Amino acid sequence: MALAFDEYGRPFIILKEQDQKTRLRGIEAQKANISAGKAVARILRTSLGPKGMDKMLQSPDGDVTITNDGATILEQMDVDNQIAKLMVELSRSQDYEIGDGTTGVVVMAGALLEQAEHLLERGIHPIRIAEGYEMASRIDVEHLEHIAQKFDFAPTNIEPLVQTCMTTLSSKMQVVNRCKRPLAEISVKAVLSVADLERKDVNLDLIKVEGKLGGKLEDTELIYGITVDKDMSHPQMPKQIQDAKIAILTCPFEPPKPKTKHKVDIDTVEKFQTLRQQEQKYFDDMVQKCKWFFSGGGVGGRYWYTPLQFWGRQLVLILMFVQDVGATLVICQWGFDDEANHLLMHRNLPAVRWVGGVELELIAIATGGRIVPRFQELTPEKLGRAGLVREKSFGTTKDKMLYIEHCANSRAVTIFIRGGNKMMIEETKRSIHDALCVARNLIRNNSIVYGGGSAEISCSIAVEAAADKHPGYAIRAFADALDSVPMALAENSGLQPIETLSAVKSQQIKENNPHFGIDCNDVGTNDMREQNVFETLIGKQQQILLATQVVKMILKIDDVISPSDF
Amino acid sequence: MAIERILKDDASEEKGERARMASFVGAIAITDLVKTTLGPKGMDKILQSTGRGQEVTVTNDGATILKSLHIDNPAAKVLIDISKVQDDEVGDGTTSVVVLAGELLREAEKLVAAKIHPMTIISGYRIAAECARNALLQRVVDNKENAEKFKSDLMKIAKTTLSSKILSQDKEHFAQLAVDAVMRLKGSTNLEAIQIIKKPGGSLKDSFLDEGFILDKKIGLGQPKRIENAKILVANTAMDTDKVKIYGARVRVDSMSKVAEIEGAEKEKMREKVQKIIAHGINCFVNRQLIYNFPEELFADAGVLAIEHADFDGIERLALVTGGEIASTFDNPESVKLGHCKLIEEIMIGEDKLIHFSGVEMGQACTIVLRGASHHMLDEAERSLHDALCVLSQTVNDTRVVLGGGWPEMVMAKAVDELARQTPGKKSHAIEAFSRSLVAIPTIIADNAGLDSADLVAQLRAEHHKEGCNAGIDVISGSVGDMAELGISESFKVKQAVLLSATEAAEMILRVDEIITCAPRKREDRM
Repeated sequence: MALAFDEYGRPFIILKEQDQKTRLRGIEAQKANISAGKAVARILRTSLGPKGMDKMLQSPDGDVTITNDGATILEQMDVDNQIAKLMVELSRSQDYEIGDGTTGVVVMAGALLEQAEHLLERGIHPIRIAEGYEMASRIDVEHLEHIAQKFDFAPTNIEPLVQTCMTTLSSKMQVVNRCKRPLAEISVKAVLSVADLERKDVNLDLIKVEGKLGGKLEDTELIYGITVDKDMSHPQMPKQIQDAKIAILTCPFEPPKPKTKHKVDIDTVEKFQTLRQQEQKYFDDMVQKCKWFFSGGGVGGRYWYTPLQFWGRQLVLILMFVQDVGATLVICQWGFDDEANHLLMHRNLPAVRWVGGVELELIAIATGGRIVPRFQELTPEKLGRAGLVREKSFGTTKDKMLYIEHCANSRAVTIFIRGGNKMMIEETKRSIHDALCVARNLIRNNSIVYGGGSAEISCSIAVEAAADKHPGYAIRAFADALDSVPMALAENSGLQPIETLSAVKSQQIKENNPHFGIDCNDVGTNDMREQNVFETLIGKQQQILLATQVVKMILKIDDVISPSDF
Repeated sequence: MAIERILKDDASEEKGERARMASFVGAIAITDLVKTTLGPKGMDKILQSTGRGQEVTVTNDGATILKSLHIDNPAAKVLIDISKVQDDEVGDGTTSVVVLAGELLREAEKLVAAKIHPMTIISGYRIAAECARNALLQRVVDNKENAEKFKSDLMKIAKTTLSSKILSQDKEHFAQLAVDAVMRLKGSTNLEAIQIIKKPGGSLKDSFLDEGFILDKKIGLGQPKRIENAKILVANTAMDTDKVKIYGARVRVDSMSKVAEIEGAEKEKMREKVQKIIAHGINCFVNRQLIYNFPEELFADAGVLAIEHADFDGIERLALVTGGEIASTFDNPESVKLGHCKLIEEIMIGEDKLIHFSGVEMGQACTIVLRGASHHMLDEAERSLHDALCVLSQTVNDTRVVLGGGWPEMVMAKAVDELARQTPGKKSHAIEAFSRSLVAIPTIIADNAGLDSADLVAQLRAEHHKEGCNAGIDVISGSVGDMAELGISESFKVKQAVLLSATEAAEMILRVDEIITCAPRKREDRM
């Protein structure tokens, strides 16, 4: 472990607590890293493609997840190794950027690492390999652009988009598979309703995916608005409000607490009674004063803080005021007591209480309302508007949700997933997320390449051809790595991997047609254009670039210092 | 060089064959556990909770058993989940779905051992499930048009469902009860309107269905015990002391006499409140919160029936059925909606007095009062009745009915078997296995009844090769009988859900080729 010695043979201590650390250097370090990266890729390899197997993951708390979504598997795997974590990051960044192809990118990186290992054994310097990979990936990306095709769709004709989403959903769990058509339609409609077709941009933040236990998967629906997991504060308030004007309050419907501390001591009956009389009298005054105050004059918050107000009366006033402003629905961050609740009901002013801060903001943004911290600051302009607010209850359970639809300001939509158990809902959420991303990518950039490994095979041929012109082994190795994706696809579909791959490859070269891929579903043709299997161009390009980048990074590590077992 | 460990220390990873083995073993263990509760002669299980009190539950409801188990095996958890889904969606068939999924996996295990790829098995199962469903669809009976017949269908279904439960002794009685209750709902699946009250004592036979609403509360002292044409004010307000709702106000006194004076003033305040309430012109006042003796007395003086401390569910339901609103302020008597009912009276069930509201506005509401020897029995009776009510309300919506007693399984098995013979390729093995799993259900029913299952099932199979046969297992006489004559029916919706979810669960487990178990979360050590 010693690194250097002085003239007396004593070691220089360079690292802190040097003898407690393990250290791997040079080729050893690279090999260790590569094997860790490969181990991660190996886990995901069997999940690739429509016939990929699922993984069952048990979380630290004992919850079970069954999925074949690469990003989810890696996220929940609780990985400890640093290099393995890099692979997890890789999959995650593909997820963030594109949202699909999270398994493919890891399998690709694993294959590149495997090829790099062979090259290292032959004594090729890691930097040379990295350079070769870089060059090859550039060729690859160019080639992809070359074989890409334009994909036509219009907001009126969503069928092609639905087809694409169905391709994405088909590799997911069977429960999702069963109603992939409605789910695909929901996803496409959701994306289209928030899409800005002029700028070709889609803000996926506007699509909220919510899940709730109970019901069937078929009950999943698209809501043009937002949902809040709350119900009307009083069971007998109206369940449906047309053209709602919403007051969004963060002040409690509770007695106002004066900022200055004071006490009202009641020590005689007279005082008790005068207090009550004062309350009464005060109320009458208040009505006058408040009317004046609300009608525009008045300076004063002070009326609101006078300690002798009789709360119940004041409440009536507040409510009158709130209604005067024009609100037809009150959404309150805090609670209100039974009295207030009844008054609200009585005055036919529906209210929702205990709405969380985040939801409150969301409602405010969507309805174009302002969050009002004090009653007296409420003005008609500050009210939010929504076309329809309704409360919906579900099945035999008592659950209720509030739907706020057709909001004024925003086109935000919510996909509301129902399902029998949490596992199913989570898996559906993940699948919908993938489908949404695919639809978004198509709107952003409607170039596509064909799937089923056909793009990889075509690239592999192109890179191989380029390798003849450029020196170095690494480019050729890259071509071999590209082959591994279709190979894994064939393997998972129960086909002979090498045989199938070479057959497809020769077919592609012979007919000079990049649309031949692996026939995973046993349809009988391997022309992916006929099978309608395609992926987005940017997704594919991103996969190649990200995988190459991570592999380059791993290859450049030549020293691993870690604390030995603790 | 050693392969790097990529997972955390305590995490484990099982791959390929081993993973599959682990899930098969887990799933089959769960199946064997609930298997003996299947069918009319199924046995019960005692469940003892680990919590304080170590409460004991006796049940043969699959979902209840599985919910109470603490399972570590992930595949077993999938089966438990499936059972829960079945419970949520159709309410019955919770055991059947687990048993069928388990049998499918048992067959799959053999196929995997015979070197058939799981994906092939899955596609075989999918085809078979579709075929089985179609076969069943062809034989369904739909009596939607004929109200009389449909009602007798409902009775049959209720009896069949109840016959495997604790209520089997009095199934005739309870089936009638359940059917009546569900018919009152007029097609809605909102089981909330059916209230179930459990009162120990008496025998199960003494249970009855009551039209109206029963509140498990007592009437205050000295107040009328019977009110006709009641006007009810349902409220949620403090009737103990009306607090001064001003921040910082407090009472400070320096002598006893002053305390008395203030008390007097408070009383005065309360008296006014009561007056206001009475001014609504009511003769029944139901409050969610406590009513202290003083106001109670005032109410009694005014001849108003005051009921205190009705719990939240009770009050909401009462407001719902009587058509009143829950009030908290009483300043505007003219605009508060009062609830109405024809008659309020105090009734005795066993030794307890209850308040009975009859002739309520919402005609759908009804109450089932369950009587029984012990709490365990009542709990189990409630679960059974709940199953029956669920099934019936589902059947009202989807009126298709099939026969019971192993008949549907045999019909499906026959169709699937024929399909297997026509299907080329390796899939046919899986399809054949599917049919074997279906036959396992009548086999288990017969086994549980202590009958010679091999003989009976063989007879049944022979019978089913005739066209349009109605044969099933008659557990009571221990032979093959005509299910249509015996009046054993099941809801098509339940059967279909069992078939589809069991296939889904089996498929989900078969698709897994790797199990990764994370390190269990460490408990914080208290030092």
